[in-house]
Amino acid sequence: MEVLETWKTVKRADLLQMYYYLRLTRALEDRITALYRQGRIVGGVYTGNGMEAISVGYASALERDDIIAPFHRDMGAFLVRGITPGEVVAQYLGKRTGPTKGKDGNVHMGDLKRGVIGFVSHLADNLPVATGVALAFRLRGESRVVVTNTGDGGTSRGDFHEAMNFAAVRKLPVVFFCNNNQYAYSTPLGLQMAVKDVVDRAKAYGMPGEIVDGNDLAAVYLAARRAIQKARAGEGPTFIECKTMRMHGHSEHDSAKYVPRELLEEWKKKDPILKAEQMLKQIGYADENTFREVGERVTKEVEAGVEFAEKSPLPEGPETLNGVFATDEEIKP
Amino acid sequence: MTTATAGREVTYLEAISQALDEEMTRDERVFLMGEDIGPYGGAFRITEGFQQKYGEWRVLDTPLSESGFVGAAIGAAMMGMRPVVEMQFADFISCAFDQITEVAAKNHYRWGAPVPLVIRAPFGGGVHGGPFHSECPEGWFFHSPGLKLVAPSTPYDAKGLLKAAIRDPNPVIYFEHKFLYRRIKAVLPSEDFIIPIGKADVKRAGSDVSVITYGAMVHLALEAAELLARDGIELEVVDLRTLIPLDKEAIYQSVRKTGKAITLHEDNKTGGIGAEVTALLAEECFDSLDGPIMRIAAPDTPVPFSTPLEEFFLPKVSDIVAAAKKLAAY
Repeated sequence: MEVLETWKTVKRADLLQMYYYLRLTRALEDRITALYRQGRIVGGVYTGNGMEAISVGYASALERDDIIAPFHRDMGAFLVRGITPGEVVAQYLGKRTGPTKGKDGNVHMGDLKRGVIGFVSHLADNLPVATGVALAFRLRGESRVVVTNTGDGGTSRGDFHEAMNFAAVRKLPVVFFCNNNQYAYSTPLGLQMAVKDVVDRAKAYGMPGEIVDGNDLAAVYLAARRAIQKARAGEGPTFIECKTMRMHGHSEHDSAKYVPRELLEEWKKKDPILKAEQMLKQIGYADENTFREVGERVTKEVEAGVEFAEKSPLPEGPETLNGVFATDEEIKP
Repeated sequence: MTTATAGREVTYLEAISQALDEEMTRDERVFLMGEDIGPYGGAFRITEGFQQKYGEWRVLDTPLSESGFVGAAIGAAMMGMRPVVEMQFADFISCAFDQITEVAAKNHYRWGAPVPLVIRAPFGGGVHGGPFHSECPEGWFFHSPGLKLVAPSTPYDAKGLLKAAIRDPNPVIYFEHKFLYRRIKAVLPSEDFIIPIGKADVKRAGSDVSVITYGAMVHLALEAAELLARDGIELEVVDLRTLIPLDKEAIYQSVRKTGKAITLHEDNKTGGIGAEVTALLAEECFDSLDGPIMRIAAPDTPVPFSTPLEEFFLPKVSDIVAAAKKLAAY
């Protein structure tokens, strides 16, 4: 189907909501990058710049009771699940009001109440964990689904293989996304794998897979929705490769000189926000005024978040010792 | 499948099986995962008959992928289930090291999600298993905050600690000693009981020398104690039972009484749990010590296969007797 026709199959309200999250994600991460450049953030900054359609798209296709196990390019998914810009900036600043209360930084955050499994630096570690989330749903006969995501590099790890295999064998209600942004840190795809497309890997597990344009919000959302529906119906897992491009370095300290400039120029034209705006205008769902209003709204929200985070207290040193073990009270049935 | 039978002696292995069975009956959130645990009943037959009783999904045979199924157990635990994972041999736990130390151990500390997970790890030598079926990997995890480690030495402790581990809201690695499976028997209470995690147990009281140990070595220490008693040396055998969190008070109490301490384990000597206990005693009980703290442990080699090599490798009763006599002379 032509791109425009695909967009027309999604409800206006859903598209506009997702467009808002694209803008919020971009604005928040741009602001965090600026804070980093000003030396106000300690530690690394990892963004999903240019890849926002993937995390916004898949997270928007889920129901409230579903679970996500995102990775570090998925800020959009955190926001869709209700993690606020204030919490995110607090997390980056190591404040007590961040989801990890200063115990961990940047995108390493989670919150079970909002259905977000915390991200672990070791890429693909959360894929087996996601299969276990799905297994719990299966054991209890719940019609819930979990979506997880990793990069092209993450698919080279054993945990990717073990998770894909187990999920396929047991037909678990999990959807595996792959954000193929063509570089794992500095390593290009060709040195990561000998297959042409990451989706080729799914065949080895007897798992259906598909390729979508990761910069096309509606395409990602619809692919996610189909796979989620299938998983919910007990028809097993799906692998979805989203072709995209990492527009920044691995983290903000990395100038990414190893990426050919022409490649970045080419992908700049395919920016997911630009694309969404073109489509929304063409269908007649929005105009420049809408875009400006959304822009103003997200700027306000991000600034409020920064203010909240900056005013928030830092943890006290001895809080280091808290929380190594859970208590019985935390998980009484 | 072994059901609790009052008055009958059960083996250490049957005690483990009973604990699993009773916990699965008591709490429907409890389920088992592992290799060949279903129709086959597990490499050591701990879960024989379980799948007929609890079904294919609660006694789940997994592909050969320790990292994958430990990760899956972590995910299920976060969703409120109580998975008990069987490592076919503790040695294979190395394949799941990353999931255990980076995901399970750090999860609650990082973002507050409890991981009520039990990993059963059949460990230890003396069974001619060679380098990949005899390991004592507890030292690797002893250094990973967020995990609890237990290592029972008797059927009573095996049953009570496994029940406690399953009911604990944290990841617990349960080191069950293969050498003890069918060698140690006891009559167990018919009513439900647990052994609290974090409590050591004095298996034999004595006034002259403390031996601080766990697992199969407890029985070696008890044998040595019998021999030493003939020479008038009274050994106190402290069975740690839990390695993390360590029952430091019980260790200090014993050594403050005897003034002499031997640590004993079949794990390698360097960086082992005995080294930590020794350091703790040096810090906290220096004034009570009447002699050097002695460590008896396996040499720093892999576990060898051939009988004379494995016999050389494992600590012996005579090692304990010699160390205790040396200490008693101070």
